[in-house]
Order: sequence, then C-alpha cells, then structure tokens
Amino acid sequence: MQFFLEVLIGGLLAGVMYAMVAIGFVLIYKASGVFNFAQGSMVLFAALTFVSIVERGAPFWLALAATAGAMVLLAVAVERLLLRPLVNRPPLSLFLATLGLSFVLEGAAQALFGAQVHALELGIPDRPFTVGGVLLSSFDLFAAGIAAALVAVLALLYGKTRIGIAVRAVADDPVAALAVGIRLPRVWRAVWIAAGMVGLVAGLLWGARVGVQFSLSLTVLKALPVLIIGGFSSIPGALLGGLVVGAGEKLAEVYVGSRLGSGIENWFPYVLALLFLLARPQGLLGEPRTERV
Amino acid sequence: MAFFPSLPGVQPRPAPRLRSRPTDLLAAAGFAVAAAAIAWIGNDYWFSAVLVPFLVLALAGLGLNLLTGFAGQLSLGTAAFMAVGAFAAYDFQLRIPGMPLLASFALGGLAAALLGLLFGLPSLRIKGFYLIVSTLAAQFFVEWVFTRFSWFSNDSASGVISAPPLVVLGHDFGTPRGRYLLTLGIVLGLAVLARNLVRSQTGRSWMAVRDMDTAAAVIGIPVFRAKLLAFAVSSFYCGVAGALWAFAYLGTVEPHGFDLDRSFQALFVVVMGGLGSVTGPFLGAAFVVLFPIFLDRAAGAWLGGAIDPGTLQNLEKVLFGGLVIWFVVREPEGLARLIFNVRDRWSRPLSPRGTGAVALPGFTEEKSP
Repeated sequence: MQFFLEVLIGGLLAGVMYAMVAIGFVLIYKASGVFNFAQGSMVLFAALTFVSIVERGAPFWLALAATAGAMVLLAVAVERLLLRPLVNRPPLSLFLATLGLSFVLEGAAQALFGAQVHALELGIPDRPFTVGGVLLSSFDLFAAGIAAALVAVLALLYGKTRIGIAVRAVADDPVAALAVGIRLPRVWRAVWIAAGMVGLVAGLLWGARVGVQFSLSLTVLKALPVLIIGGFSSIPGALLGGLVVGAGEKLAEVYVGSRLGSGIENWFPYVLALLFLLARPQGLLGEPRTERV
Repeated sequence: MAFFPSLPGVQPRPAPRLRSRPTDLLAAAGFAVAAAAIAWIGNDYWFSAVLVPFLVLALAGLGLNLLTGFAGQLSLGTAAFMAVGAFAAYDFQLRIPGMPLLASFALGGLAAALLGLLFGLPSLRIKGFYLIVSTLAAQFFVEWVFTRFSWFSNDSASGVISAPPLVVLGHDFGTPRGRYLLTLGIVLGLAVLARNLVRSQTGRSWMAVRDMDTAAAVIGIPVFRAKLLAFAVSSFYCGVAGALWAFAYLGTVEPHGFDLDRSFQALFVVVMGGLGSVTGPFLGAAFVVLFPIFLDRAAGAWLGGAIDPGTLQNLEKVLFGGLVIWFVVREPEGLARLIFNVRDRWSRPLSPRGTGAVALPGFTEEKSP
C-alpha cells in the first residue's frame, strides 16, 4: 500500500509537469483554434536561452527578464509571419505551419546554444522527506505549487484584465468579437506571449529536473495525450488530464510493465487517451462540438 | 467553440478530370524516357544514395497523401506502417520457404493495411486533431513492439534485420542498378494505380469526406467505409514503401529507423510536394532527398568546412522548417501547383486559380497596427 501510494504520488507530480506544457497549448488553442505543435519546442527554446545566459555569468533575474523578452519577440514574430498570412486557412495548414515552426525553433536553439546537456540549478532544494511513511521530494512539491500559482494567475488574467476578457470573447465567438471592435492580432499576440511564459516556467522546472537538453521538446508528445484526456479547450482539464496521465503512466510502468517489459510508458498514455476518446470524444472538460452543414 | 469549427481539411480543389490531357501523356512519356535514360547513364552513387530513397520516399508520401491529402485524415504514423511493411515482408520471406520476393512485399503491404484498419477505427468516432492521437499511438506502439519482441527480427541484436537477396523470377536485382529498376517498377505501378483510384468513385468519396464529412454523410456517401478504406489503402502503400526502404535502399534496418522523424519526413514530402496530388509526393521526395545533399555540398564548397556537421544539421532543420512554413503560407498546394501553373500556361490561355478560401467577414479588410 505504501509503495502504491509512493508510485501514485510520484506519478501525480510528474503529471503536474506534463500539465504545465499542456496549459500553454490550451491557451493558444482556445483563443485561435491553432493546434500548436511547437509548444514543446518553445519549452526547449526558453530553457536553452535561459541557461545559456546564466552560463555567461548573468544573474538569475536578468536572465529571466531577457528570456521573457525573447519569448515576447517570438510571439510577435509568430503573429506577424505565421498567423496573419494564414487567416481563414484550414486548421491543417496552421498545424503544419507550427510543425515547421517547431523545426525552426529546435534547430535555431541548438545551433545558437549547442546541443550538449546543460545543468540548471534554480536553488530549490531537492530533499526527500517522508509524510506518514510515504517518500516525497521537496522539488516536486515546489513544482506543484508553481503550477497551482500559474493556474491562479492565468485565471486572474482571464477574469479581471481587459485583454483577458477580450481573449475570452474571441474564444467564444470570433466574428462577434470582431464586431465589437476587438483586435484579433492583438489577442493572438497576447495568447502566444502567455503560452511563451508558461513554456518558460515549464522549461525551467523540467530543465532543473532532467537537465536542459533536446528531449525537452519531446514534452509535447507527453502533453498531447494529456490534452486529449482533458479536452483541448479547458485549462482545468489540462491540469486534470496531466494528473491522470502522470499517475496512469507510472502505475502502468510499475504494475503492467513488469510483465510486458519496460518502455511501455512511451505508448501507454496514447492508448489510454484513445480508449478515453472512444467513450468521450471531447475530453473530460472540453466542449462538445456542433456539426453544421 | 473552437475558432475554426470545421475539420482539418486541405483547400477544396476541383476534382481531378476523368480524362487525361495530351500534356499529361506527354509528361508521362517524358518521365518514362528519363527514367530509362537514367538507368542507362546513372552511376552507383546516384542509384543507391539518391534515386532509390527518392522513389521509396515518394511512395511513402503518396500513401500518406491518399489518407491526408485526399481523405482529409491527418496521420503522424506513416513510419509505423512502413515498419510493419518492412518487418512483415522480412518475416514472410524468412519463415515461408520459397516465398517469392514480390509476394512478400505485397503481404507486407497487406499486414500494414490491416494495422491501418485497426488504428483507423477510431476515426469513426473521433474527428479532427483528436485523431492524431490514434496514429501517434500506432507510431509508438509499433516501434516498441519491434524493439521489445525479438521474434520479429529473428532474435537478432537490437532488432536489426538484414534483407535477403533480391531475386525476382530468377533474376538478381542485387546491384545498385537492379535495385533502382526494381523500385522504379513497383513505385510506378502503384503510382498509376493511385492515379486511377483517386479518379474513381472511391477517390471522389474520399474528397467529399475531406471537404466536409457531415455534408458527405448527408448526400449519402458511406463515410465510415470511405475513411476505413483510405486508412487501409494508405497503409498498404506505406507498408510496401517500408519493405522497399529495408530491402532495396538500406539492405538492413532497425525499428528506430522508423521513428517519428521518419513520419515527419513523409509529411514534409507531402506538404512540399502538394496535398491532394499524385505527382506532388514525387516532387516533394526529390526535394527532401536532394536538399540536404545540396546543402552539404554547398557548405563544403563555399565555406570549406568552416561549419561543423552538428551545426550544419541544425541549420538544415531551420531551413526545412522555414520552407514548410513558406509552402504552407505561399503555396499550400506545393511544388505540384507550381508545375501545373507552367503546364496550364501551355495548354490553356486563361487559368482561373481559385484558392477556395472563404473570407471571414470584416477581417480581411482590417489593417491593424
């Protein structure tokens, strides 16, 4: 029982990390209908930029500000060069463009900052400790706290600020939002900036855990089943999906993987998501779609 | 509500004509003459390093295009179906004595088609981007199976398989020229078949499903059958391409040779060549094969090795990604459209070029700061 709890909690905390990548994705999908395959590359790009600036001797806050600035520039460039020319194109075109973007970001980040593994030290202690006989890691708890704070900040932005309300209006009905004078390009920039910031936070936490390396961009492949289970357009759904996938994956690896052989955590979340979709095609908290001819 | 509530589809295009134009026949004849001439004058490097991978990638791209470009179902699992084709062909060849080579290619394709049917089943219930989870599941699951269970690779180390001698009807196709001719024959045969298929009722029902499957269902097209058939036929093509990749191109292959990057490569072949076109994948494959070689040569010639291979690889990635974006933005119908534009200028004085985009009221006029 105690072992089960440890695996479960470890999985839930890993799931929080998946959810962080998924949240950036949801932000963009909700406001613009773009299936952003480059979210994982944005995580890698942010983490590599940050770690390279720190390695050149800059203090933490300066590096953070510079990286945030780079993510803002990226969002502006994406809106200008990618989203604007693709207005009213089919969603497949936008997906393919973000796939191209992910190649550009991965190649550029590695060409600029090198492909080796960078260690990232955030100054967060990673002490194991026990609660009721269950072994926990302080770093994972810290990450969970950050994720909770992130969701709270996003909820505040959405509910209280002018741009947040504009984003919600566009997500609800883009044509009506245009009619009342909301500027779509501005909203798109805002959500890409927000997704970039979420990517930066996710990149720092992931990077501190496993080192800043190419595999960070593969987090998008972990985030996909999370999104499917949670629903593409719901932030709480992304969090919930992350927890389900994280826990399910670790439990499967420990209890099923011992019989089938290791490595099932690569495909298990996808099969889980697939089974899930057969029962509920719009995900846990996603909105059902209406078909019109 | 999502911003674009429609399905991921490609731009609606006019359906292909049922009859060929004289210029089409001329182009086909020109292609056949060129292929034969290449067989005559080509050298081993060109056969093994350029022409065979070009033909195999074109076939894989063609398979993906049938599914994505014609039937509108996005797939990120092309490499998985290639892997099944390769390993199944290998096992049929290995375990059934006296199995003809071409028959094991066909059986490899059929095995891939079966798997395609299985992972296509969710398309009946799931639509749009949710569907890529199914093809990605295929991608990761198949890679794991071939790595984990060594029976498929005859218990060789890390799942590597080696191709048997390429003998068809007592004739040995083992030389580079022979491999080129064998691949050329299979790929051209399947390409002609695909061209006829997309002009048939089947192809038209695929395009109706792609453009809007709810509408297709309303006018009485069996959407269910059309989607599953698209998955099966597409996977068959990818499976044969995988078998050729292992047997005729590399001669040996391991499961990780068919990873997600290979699926992306096939997708890029289709995007650059032209979605919803049979000629497109050939143009796209030529580009995808030749571009890295060109870049490598150019860097060597002009910069004299000042760039190390790792950086060059990253630059190649940036350029590829940039080109994909460029094609999607400027020429969503790919290289095939560029070629057809030239052809149309020859055969018709005026060619109306519809993009099929529907304007969102009020947006196209907006000039924002």
